[in-house]
Amino acid sequence: MSKVKSFTDLKNLKSEYHKKQIFGTPAESLVQIKVGMATCGIASGAKEIKKFLIEECEHQAIDAEIKQTGCLGYCYAEPMVEVQLPDSEPVVFGYVDKKRAKSIIENYIIQGEEIEGEIPISFKTIND
Amino acid sequence: MDTINLIIDNKPIVVKKGTTILEAASSIGVQVPTLCHMKLDDLNIENKPGGCRVCVVEVEGRRNLAPACCTDVHEGMVVNSHSIRAINARRTVMELILSDHPADCLICAKSGDCELQDMAQQLGIRKIHYPGEQSHYREDTSPAIIREIDKCIMCRRCEMMCNEVQTVGVLSAINRGFDSVVSPAFEMNLDHSECTYCGQCVAVCPTGALTEVDDTGKVIRALSDPAKTVIVQTAPAVRAALGEEFEMEPGTLVTGKLVSALRRLRFDHVFDTDFAADLTIMEEGTELLNRLGKHLAGDKDVKLPILTSCCPAWVKFFEHQFPEMKEIPSTARSPQQMFGSIAKTYFAEKLGVERENLVVVSIMPCVAKKYECGRDEFKVNGNPDVDHVITTRELAALIKLSNIDFKTLPNEDFDNPLGESTGAGVIFGTTGGVIEAAVRTAYEIHTKKELPRLDFDELRGMDGIREATIDFDGLPIKIGIAHGLGNARKLLEDIQAGKSEFHAIEIMSCPGGCIGGGGQPYHHGNAEILKKRQMAIYQEDKNKTLRKSHENPHIIKLYEEFLGEPMSEKAHHLLHTEYFDRTE
Amino acid sequence: MTDTKKQIRIALRNCGLIDPEQIEDYIAQDGYFALGKCLTEYTQDQTIAEIKESGLRGRGGGGFPTGLKWEITKNVEADQKFVVCNADEGDPGAFMDRSILEGDPHSVLEAMAICGYCIGADKGLIYIRAEYPLAIERLKIAIKQAREFGLLGNDILGTGFNFDIELRYGAGAFVCGEETALIHSMEGLRGEPTFKPPFPSVSGYMGKPTNVNNVETFASVPVIINKGAGWFNKIGTEKSKGTKVFALAGKINNVGLVEVPMGTTLREVVYDIGGGIVNGKEFKSVQTGGPSGGCLTKDFLDTPIDYDNLVAAGSMMGSGGMIVMDEDDCMVSIAKFYLEFTLEESCGKCTPCRIGNKRLHEILEKITEGNGTEEDIDRLKVLSNVIKDTSLCGLGQSSPNPVLSTIANFEDEYLAHVKDGKCPAGQCKSLLRYDIIEDLCTGCTLCFRNCPVGAITGERRAPHFIDQSLCIKCGVCFEKCKFDAITLT
Ligand SMILES: Cc1cc2nc3c(=O)[nH]c(=O)nc-3n(C[C@H](O)[C@H](O)[C@H](O)COP(=O)(O)O)c2cc1C
Ligand code: SF4
Ligand code: SF4
Ligand code: SF4
Ligand code: SF4
Repeated sequence: MSKVKSFTDLKNLKSEYHKKQIFGTPAESLVQIKVGMATCGIASGAKEIKKFLIEECEHQAIDAEIKQTGCLGYCYAEPMVEVQLPDSEPVVFGYVDKKRAKSIIENYIIQGEEIEGEIPISFKTIND
Repeated sequence: MDTINLIIDNKPIVVKKGTTILEAASSIGVQVPTLCHMKLDDLNIENKPGGCRVCVVEVEGRRNLAPACCTDVHEGMVVNSHSIRAINARRTVMELILSDHPADCLICAKSGDCELQDMAQQLGIRKIHYPGEQSHYREDTSPAIIREIDKCIMCRRCEMMCNEVQTVGVLSAINRGFDSVVSPAFEMNLDHSECTYCGQCVAVCPTGALTEVDDTGKVIRALSDPAKTVIVQTAPAVRAALGEEFEMEPGTLVTGKLVSALRRLRFDHVFDTDFAADLTIMEEGTELLNRLGKHLAGDKDVKLPILTSCCPAWVKFFEHQFPEMKEIPSTARSPQQMFGSIAKTYFAEKLGVERENLVVVSIMPCVAKKYECGRDEFKVNGNPDVDHVITTRELAALIKLSNIDFKTLPNEDFDNPLGESTGAGVIFGTTGGVIEAAVRTAYEIHTKKELPRLDFDELRGMDGIREATIDFDGLPIKIGIAHGLGNARKLLEDIQAGKSEFHAIEIMSCPGGCIGGGGQPYHHGNAEILKKRQMAIYQEDKNKTLRKSHENPHIIKLYEEFLGEPMSEKAHHLLHTEYFDRTE
Repeated sequence: MTDTKKQIRIALRNCGLIDPEQIEDYIAQDGYFALGKCLTEYTQDQTIAEIKESGLRGRGGGGFPTGLKWEITKNVEADQKFVVCNADEGDPGAFMDRSILEGDPHSVLEAMAICGYCIGADKGLIYIRAEYPLAIERLKIAIKQAREFGLLGNDILGTGFNFDIELRYGAGAFVCGEETALIHSMEGLRGEPTFKPPFPSVSGYMGKPTNVNNVETFASVPVIINKGAGWFNKIGTEKSKGTKVFALAGKINNVGLVEVPMGTTLREVVYDIGGGIVNGKEFKSVQTGGPSGGCLTKDFLDTPIDYDNLVAAGSMMGSGGMIVMDEDDCMVSIAKFYLEFTLEESCGKCTPCRIGNKRLHEILEKITEGNGTEEDIDRLKVLSNVIKDTSLCGLGQSSPNPVLSTIANFEDEYLAHVKDGKCPAGQCKSLLRYDIIEDLCTGCTLCFRNCPVGAITGERRAPHFIDQSLCIKCGVCFEKCKFDAITLT
């Protein structure tokens, strides 16, 4: 990475990354999965869940981007997984063990069915 | 604006900006009580952790009480030093301290001289409303100092002395909460640490937590043993301070009473360490001139500056901290040890007494001397040159124990031959004195001329580091002086870095020199006392007819009869020593 | 779930949104824009003015106005200054700062650089407890990436501004979170507070002017610059602007981190966001302000949370711990529990905290063991007030709060302990009493056989008895009896 030499450079970089990162904007076909991996998440087994999700998505040939993120604040419901299907709002699942992870993939991602244990987003963002 | 207007206890006053409430109050006669705070003016020594909280006062408009010792005054401040809130808080704080302090005042070494005891009385504590668990620690006895840490009140004075003033860094607060205490690291014993035994921690401890090892019992036993001849030497600084233990004005010289008290204690011969100080000057002065001569002749193996070596705490300090420089200090033993060595050879021979049957007792302002006399190199077949060392304070206790009314004693003179001394020997007791004494002799030996003057004001004073150049008849001799080991460290670091230009440096561990030694009557933070003792020392010097060591007739005789020349083979054997690397 | 978006995530804005190990993610969320804006468009004074106008106050507990602190530090002349981020987070149960550092480390780095620009410092230090390995790891990655991108280091964004950040590790002592203690700890000295003034802003790390701010305080800064002080100061109450992150814990359904606008009521946090009390039990008290905060009763549930209201109610904001208690919690034991913590964490420097807290604890222990008297309650009050009045640092000055607030709000519970010998919540073992109801006892001997200390006597098929002097209140008999013949009072 060459250094960012000016504020303008930084602004350009931002647009580039923003496009790539598809934040908030539904992507064409990509499923975005985020695993809460702060200390609390990891302590509840988030690492394993992330690994499992990667393997399982590969196995099921799902075009998914799986990444780690910080704490959403629902410590009581860790591990947490957020899934954003193309053209829809992100949905947060709590208490995700392997069984639920499998169900998230098979029922929610593949079948598009609603499944239990969805945690409503309970906060406004700085952009609301 | 450089001045501040405020009101303390209804009295309006104007003080300089940056003044604390404590200082401002004291300037109008309001004595806010303090316990942990201690300030030695002129010596740049201050302990102000704000920890004991005894000095809290009420400040109008302030949420909580203000510690007077560390709160600066501000414009329009209204202070009430004895509001009911302040008094209650102060007394409660005092009760809390006492609730974690053994109540054995009746048999405590510090009783009667204890700042905690005084404060409890001043605050009228009659009951402890919050009794509870007390902390218990192991008692730690070293060759010089006893730590009875159950009595520690965490004032941190000793820590400040050991770390900031002496830069030895042995004592520090350890543990947390109720268990916190001041101790060597890992609660190790003092004698396993790098402690120098300078005793400055003892000198400032307000309670009985730190005291010297009590050797008076050994002295009493020796004195009552008919098989022993018991002789005593007394260090120069003792005579300038002992009177304080008998309610005499600080700075009162009590040499004559001291001698007569020692006789009444039934010492067989009452001698003076000042005699040995004169001897030290003969040896050390000669060594200085030798080294200087070789150095000037271009001998690269000769190291300068030469450092004095009379202070055992200083010796132990460099053995731990600067072992690679152990070749620089003079090899001359301290006056105490020179005395012991001569006493148990020359004088024992004269008396016809076996070394084993001659007991040498020292009265010292110092606790490190207790350790020094036990060093192996100062023993012959296991028999030490100096048997017992007691401090000025212990001597006072011994005098009281022996029913002697010190104040009404007549003045008496020291015995001979080891009791004769010059003014040069006397001034060993204060910072700057050893080097001044050395200059008086070295000048005359080197220039073969008589000194035009005897008082070297440029070498005197209380500044921590002083320097002066003395003209040795065309040869400028650069002299450095440090008292307090932190100051010594600075000079040593300069030498290490090759930046030192001194030919000779005098070092004493205790602030003020031996007059401020760890075995002296407690100064309780009053630096005036040290200054008065210093003045007394210089007065004693002035009173003497002989003021140069090489003019001491008994010293001249000692060389003629016994030692030969300064630095002779025999002198080397009896009066010089070597140093050890203590880092291993 | 009852929550109708009562939370606003400002400090936590990127937590859960971005990958904290990817600077690209942060930049995509306008990361380092605030720094860019300050360096290219604002003077130092303008930046400080913006922070002042936002009304941001320190989130580390004291609530000191952040802009003012920056201004004071800026105005001290010195050849070198430092920016320090306080990430010691010693409150038991608090993890706001850890979450921010783990979820969005760049926001703190960016804010520290902005602060450095304002006060004239080119060096930042983050004091973080060594027990936070993941946060440390992510900070290290973030610092490395920021340096690679030229967002830390020399000539940032071509403006000639230099700023770099290093980590310093704490051993996890609570008192090391106090800023002067923190600075001494960084200097390699014993981590104990010294008297203020001088404040760190005037004489801090290495005796140089040092601006110390909390993690959450810093994390709020970039948003303020990006969205403007006017946006930020519309959120919150008159004197407390923006949001505050709380770590909700205790007998509450939704344990976790929440970020609410200042002025949200305790009720909203406990019930709407926290989902109410576990198992539908009765709410008893909420404790805010960490180990030295106060315990508030249900009468305070409608208090809007802000710095001043909490203090007026007898508690404090602290760094954001919020612990909910229900009917089963004994308030005397709670006070004792908190005191145990401060007792261990006191640095021991000053008398009232070192010995006074020990004595408070001993008295509380006496009360929970059933040996207390009414006089003890008075002694607790008097001693607590002296400790508050005379302690050197914030730890001692606030350590008696749990005692005072529980006495103020639950005095009847104390009285029940000392006068009736009862613990109403049934928590104080020594005050429990097991009895056998003669009429219900069938003499089955089950309790007799199970009592570990042989306190129960009685013939088969005849009523049994418990010798109270032998009973150790283990409760085995109570559990074993099949006929509900044993009472607990
Ligand atoms: C005993 C004690 C512990 C503290 N612990 C912390 C802490 O863990 N984190 C913190 O940011 N501030 C802590 N503080 C407050 C700091 O001293 C300081 O006020 C704060 O870091 C300043 O930052 P702010 O203005 O952004 O809040 C503590 C204070 C006290 C008295
Ligand atoms: S005697 Fe001196 S060196 Fe030893 S602990 Fe005391 S102050 Fe430190
Ligand atoms: S040992 Fe003495 S000087 Fe040292 S802290 Fe304790 S009471 Fe103070
Ligand atoms: S200066 Fe004097 S009193 Fe102090 S340690 Fe040295 S010899 Fe002893
Ligand atoms: S109040 Fe407690 S933590 Fe603070 S300085 Fe005093 S002893 Fe240390």
